[in-house]
Amino acid sequence: MILKRTYIELTAVTLIALFALIVFPKFAQFYTIISSTIYVSLAILALSLAFIWGYGGILCFGQAAFFGLGGYAYAVGAWNFDATVYGALLAVIVPTVFAAALGYFMFYGRLSDVYLGVITLTVTLILFKLVNSTGGDAYAIGKAKLGGFNGMPGTPLLENPLTEEVLSPHALYGLAVVLLFFSYLLCKAVLASRFGRVVVAIRENETRAELLGYDARPYKLIFFSIGAGLAGISGMLFANAVFVAPTMFDMASTARILIWVIVGGLGTLVGPVIGCISLLMITTYLGKTGFVDPNIALGVILIVFVLLVPRGILPLLDDGLNWVLERLKISREKSGGRVL
Amino acid sequence: MNLKRRSVLKGGAATLGALATPGLATKAFAQDDVIQIANISDLSGGFDIYGQAQLACFQLAVEEINKSGGLLGKQLELNSFDPQSDIQLYTQYATEVATRIQPPVVFAGISSASREAIRPIFNRFNTLYFYPSLYEGGVCDRNHFCTGTTPAQTIEKLVPFVMNKFAGKKVYVIAADYNYGWISARWVKHYVEANGGEVIADEYFPLEVTEFGPAIKNIQAAKPDLIYSLLVGGNHMSFFRQWAAAGLAGSIPMFSTDFGVGNEHIVLSKEESDGMHAAYSYVHELDTPANKAFLGRMQDKFGDDAPYLNELSIAAYYAVYHWAEAVKRAGTLERMPVIEALEDGTPFDGPGGLSTIDPQTHHRICDVHIAEVKDNAFQVLETHAQLAPTDTQAVCNLIENPNENQYFTIESPDE
Amino acid sequence: MDYVIVLILQVLYSVASLALICAGLAVVFGMMRVINLAHGEFIMLGGFTAVFATQAGIPIVISMLIIAPFVVGFVGLLAEQLVVRFLYGRMIDTMLATWGLSLLLIGAATMLFGNSVAGISAPFGSFKVGQYGVSFYEMFVVAVTVGIMIIGFCVLRYTKLGLIARGTMQNPEMASSLGISPSRVYSITFAIGAALSGLAGALLAPLSGVLPTMGKAFVAKAFITVISGGEAILVGLISASGLLGAFSTLATFATTPVIGDAALLFAAIVLLRFLPNGITGRFFRGSI
Repeated sequence: MILKRTYIELTAVTLIALFALIVFPKFAQFYTIISSTIYVSLAILALSLAFIWGYGGILCFGQAAFFGLGGYAYAVGAWNFDATVYGALLAVIVPTVFAAALGYFMFYGRLSDVYLGVITLTVTLILFKLVNSTGGDAYAIGKAKLGGFNGMPGTPLLENPLTEEVLSPHALYGLAVVLLFFSYLLCKAVLASRFGRVVVAIRENETRAELLGYDARPYKLIFFSIGAGLAGISGMLFANAVFVAPTMFDMASTARILIWVIVGGLGTLVGPVIGCISLLMITTYLGKTGFVDPNIALGVILIVFVLLVPRGILPLLDDGLNWVLERLKISREKSGGRVL
Repeated sequence: MNLKRRSVLKGGAATLGALATPGLATKAFAQDDVIQIANISDLSGGFDIYGQAQLACFQLAVEEINKSGGLLGKQLELNSFDPQSDIQLYTQYATEVATRIQPPVVFAGISSASREAIRPIFNRFNTLYFYPSLYEGGVCDRNHFCTGTTPAQTIEKLVPFVMNKFAGKKVYVIAADYNYGWISARWVKHYVEANGGEVIADEYFPLEVTEFGPAIKNIQAAKPDLIYSLLVGGNHMSFFRQWAAAGLAGSIPMFSTDFGVGNEHIVLSKEESDGMHAAYSYVHELDTPANKAFLGRMQDKFGDDAPYLNELSIAAYYAVYHWAEAVKRAGTLERMPVIEALEDGTPFDGPGGLSTIDPQTHHRICDVHIAEVKDNAFQVLETHAQLAPTDTQAVCNLIENPNENQYFTIESPDE
Repeated sequence: MDYVIVLILQVLYSVASLALICAGLAVVFGMMRVINLAHGEFIMLGGFTAVFATQAGIPIVISMLIIAPFVVGFVGLLAEQLVVRFLYGRMIDTMLATWGLSLLLIGAATMLFGNSVAGISAPFGSFKVGQYGVSFYEMFVVAVTVGIMIIGFCVLRYTKLGLIARGTMQNPEMASSLGISPSRVYSITFAIGAALSGLAGALLAPLSGVLPTMGKAFVAKAFITVISGGEAILVGLISASGLLGAFSTLATFATTPVIGDAALLFAAIVLLRFLPNGITGRFFRGSI
């Protein structure tokens, strides 16, 4: 049954990805493509937290730090190197290495639970403050001026490494969809591996896992770093679709990632992606209508949501699906059909 | 500029305008019955204090133009977007505006970060763009028009005025820790030295700082004759409260070129804000017939909700009128003829005085009023006619280089 | 010499104001393990209440010390009854709900009060230490903070209410079987936490001003300080804000405000690395 579930999920995700990649751009407005690129790039960020929090039990309040580092690493690389693709590589490497160092500090110090959350939040805010105060001309890495509060305008965009041409908006959108899909596959593959199973076991009961001979620390460390690398990819795409600015590191940016995961359903991978995209769509819509303060609307939605749909969107959909399957089974039994 | 040639060629903003956008039919403005225009200004989030008053000015200007027969015989319709002080939404709305609405003009952006996120988009889709805000100067782009003032424009006259009035030589500069603060502080230093004074210290505060105790002690230790404030935003108002709470209100004269833009002199008490000197292209209390009439119209339209106006909000009003004036002169809504008409100056005599577009920089040449805060209001002391944005002029010449597209970090002449 | 005195007074004030903005969160988090992301907005409401009450002619001290805590405490009680009550034991869900509450309160304050509310000036005037002016009001804030700590200690240590509270926090089932309703204790605790935040906002209003979005600046700092303090509410709060507040103020004096702020955060990280259960997880164990 569990195996079958996985197949259903994989098939559905693949179909949706193909739809998003091939069919959607055919009829979507241009500005919808731009917005979708932003949504998809942030969905990778939601996925990265869903991965380490939902499966590794690592309550990270600092996923925005890796996201921001990814964005800045890309921008610095893109300004300095001849080909922007090296910037993209940096955007994965820098957050991963940073997470490894931070993770070493935390996991080998045996911090857990909410203390881990506080440290990651604190690190994010320090990065925000430091990056925010790089307004002077002295703050430059090579040719890249960090720009402080104003961010880094005019950062070169990603280009096709073969033709050296800048990616068109449609190509960027396609790239984002592909990266989201592969990030998802990567998460699935890691979780299905022996390594992933040990991580889940550690989340379930760290003491028991250690008594069975697994040293929890390196497992968590590697898992955490993978999540950071994914967040870095998200930051790189965001830098291309929007802009690199210190707000990538701020409190609101951090909190909204947690919100996406909770709304979508903690302990799933697809749910947070859905949560992220739907909440972003709501925010975008609210800014256009103008009859109610967006903060009020969003606040009410969140409160009502947590009271009525506490486990998130995906488990709700899942229940719905189960209910339908159950009904089908019953009706089939009644009509004398074969029972699965 | 030591930009790599390649990065210019492939670079973000620089070449986007040249890229063709497949599948995007450009609208012929002539076919519509109404003229759709758009503004993107923060109505919620941290920047709402600026955006809400701007929106009122946009709405009033559009209504006035419509009442007087519209433009080219058509009515204007304003599409407003609220990006909630979030740069990501700026990007989304700018793209939507440029591709779905395809207006002949967009008025958008408050912070420099928001402007730099959307300016490339309007370039790419050949959408005429007005930036209605004061900022640190330096944007050089033929598709962009700024209706705010830049630091040198206001600081140049304010510094000698205050230094003479109080016979002060030693100036202590406190500034917001970002580009605007840093660049403005350089101009303050330049003009203070040009007038025989000296900047004895400069200190920079991140925008989220609310605790100024240590800074206040440092200032007292340094004993300056004058304090130049380039503090920005709601959190920084704490400085003036804590300054007054320490019994120092009025002890050292202060001057500023952004105090009041966030309604500081209204939010702060009389004791905390009295005596501050500032210089702007517009203050609400300006005692001219044009301004009185303008405020009357504002009152008629919004009643009790009529906002208190300052340079930042009035820039929105000027932006609409400069554009409308250019459309009338060009006789068309098409972008290039309108830009060329704007480059002829398109003088507009508004509530803050006469204003013309500087063809060299696409910024405004306008009157600057030096005012002092008294009883939670500005009192105009002196008006200087027709000052040019000399700082941006030093780096930007769109007459000679019409294809320039840069956001320069302006250095003061001392460097 | 004057400079040293002024420096000490400034450090005292910084520590007191940090403790003040953390107090509400410390009570709610320490006793109920609820991460209240609307903490900053309770502070904001306290500030607005004090400003409006003062402008309506009520003496400033009464609006700050009595009206603001009552109003915000009541808002807190409402929030607890309508939302938080259903989510005990679900830390993640309460975070989401209180984040929603935070947005809702920011939006409501923007609509109702706007962003240009005239503030109130600090009362009591100032005094001179040598050439330096120092505000009496800042010293008043220090005194009130000390007062709150003493009252808090007495209530927890010597009253039946305090006993019940401590008992419920340690073992809700046991308390429940002894005839105490944990849900009532939680309601009261949450309301008291909110009231303390309201008081903090009111006391800071004359020095920091009030804006609908002001809460943002406080919540992360408060959260970090409270966690650094550890289990014991009162001693943890005092030791953490003392340590972090003093460190960051001295760093600000020595360098710049950015470094000062970063120093606070950095100190918290180092602290938690070596004392993973906060200060009171190692020292002063078993204290309140």
